[in-house]
Amino acid sequence: MNIRAIWAIYKFEMARTWRTLMQSIISPVLSTSLYFVVFGAAIGSRIAEIEGVAYGAFIVPGLMMMSLLTQSVSNASFGIYFPRFTGTIYEILSAPISFFEIVLGYVGAAATKSILLGLIILATASVIVPLEIRHPVWMMGFLVLTAVTFSLLGFIIGIWADGFEQLQIVPLLVITPLAFLGGSFYSLDMLPPLWQRISLFNPVVYLISGFRWSFSEVSDVSVGVSVAMTMGFLGLCLTVIWWIFRTGYRLKS
Amino acid sequence: MDPIISIRNLSKTYATGLEALRNVDLDIDRGEIFALLGPNGAGKTTLIGIVCGIVNATAGTVSVDGFDIVRDYRKTRARIGLVPQELTTDAFESVLHTVTFSRGLFGKPADPAHIERVLRALSLWDKRDARIMTLSGGMKRRLLIAKALAHEPDILFLDEPTAGVDVSLRQDMWNLVRRMRETGVTIILTTHYIEEAEDMADRIGIINGGRLILVEDKASLMLKLGRKRLVLHLAEPLDAVPPALAAYDLQLGAGGCELIYTYDTRKERTGITALLNDIREAGIGFRDLHTTQSSLEDIFVDLVKRSQ
Repeated sequence: MNIRAIWAIYKFEMARTWRTLMQSIISPVLSTSLYFVVFGAAIGSRIAEIEGVAYGAFIVPGLMMMSLLTQSVSNASFGIYFPRFTGTIYEILSAPISFFEIVLGYVGAAATKSILLGLIILATASVIVPLEIRHPVWMMGFLVLTAVTFSLLGFIIGIWADGFEQLQIVPLLVITPLAFLGGSFYSLDMLPPLWQRISLFNPVVYLISGFRWSFSEVSDVSVGVSVAMTMGFLGLCLTVIWWIFRTGYRLKS
Repeated sequence: MDPIISIRNLSKTYATGLEALRNVDLDIDRGEIFALLGPNGAGKTTLIGIVCGIVNATAGTVSVDGFDIVRDYRKTRARIGLVPQELTTDAFESVLHTVTFSRGLFGKPADPAHIERVLRALSLWDKRDARIMTLSGGMKRRLLIAKALAHEPDILFLDEPTAGVDVSLRQDMWNLVRRMRETGVTIILTTHYIEEAEDMADRIGIINGGRLILVEDKASLMLKLGRKRLVLHLAEPLDAVPPALAAYDLQLGAGGCELIYTYDTRKERTGITALLNDIREAGIGFRDLHTTQSSLEDIFVDLVKRSQ
């Protein structure tokens, strides 16, 4: 295993985060704080508790998860797309490094960034609303698993994309709507029965539900199903990446 | 001595159907400077791309220092440094950061002293903290060389290294290449400037339409294929070549003021003595004479034309 190469890619990508601190950390934190102000304070004060949890605290896991999903995808897709776009990918492809190691470097850095971001949002939220985390280990587990899974998805998108527009399409048109409709701001019980059933086809429901359970033991689906679905999605992403590297799809001619 | 790179029956057909390489066989000797010449689209960059791991071969094998480039890719790639044709850089990075990254990427432990040596040798040390986007084209070219040298490769591929580089910088670059060769690095370069290949290379390969049409020691190539011209500047212009000199296949130039004789340096007898005797006997006077040797460019153009 070429540890030095993985570390070089990881450090290189993390350096980009610090250099672009504004986009990487500050803007997601700002937008999440705005959600808190609007949904938590302004609207939330008029909403009753959900299963014994104050509305402001109820939306924290959903908001964290929403940022985690979009940022993991954006970070990882940009991380691998940019060298493809500039042509510097030649150096990665000609280095004595396996595809698995390339993924570790890029996805590791993207996931680290989103995890940091999630924790910063958590810290910001805890200033605004009183929070309780009943299962901190599970909470971290879901955080890491989701960050890694969606960074893998982002890596796939970064390899597939042919232009910057395509990089934006998936987070904007797929991830954000799924997160909004996946119970970030409500419990599935609040929906009519038909929409409850439709929501179960949304994979993000399982992520948010499991994550929320780790905070308050309130969940839409059982935590076991949440873990299984997340692992299933992780497996799917790993399979696609294995295929990409086996065939050299969009990387090697 | 075993060749450092051994290429056998290498072929590459792209998904578009383009046959970029057809059954190429080539051995690169240790420590030599090998120049690969060919027109645009001849397959030079594809050949380099396959050896470096950027392009998948359709058929054939390549070994580097005895290791297969697919099975033992870690060993082969660690030995190779690649300077690509395009100026591909991370615009927002600093010079020092990007070169340090390259060394790490190739699995070498950090060595700030080596990085400093490389940057100094390429006159980039003063620019170490500058963002790459602020560098001139020539500096970016040198930066790509620095990145390729960061992991101390045994083999250096230079794909059109002097494209768009001014004359004095080009000279500096070739001096650097010579110094590297002195330290035992094998250098494979492609260039459009044929005089550079003539000046720099130990051996020359000519590729056209994906086929390697010739590989020769430069000196013997020049000797083997080189033709010389003897030009006589006549005292009085001639309307036609006199019949007495018809056997020499002479040409008239400069409006009849020059008599041109082309001969082969390989022949034991060039026929110059006899020609000069016959000219004197024909009563033709000349004021001056000079000879010119065909350049590598003439040889190259001639070979490429013949292969088409």
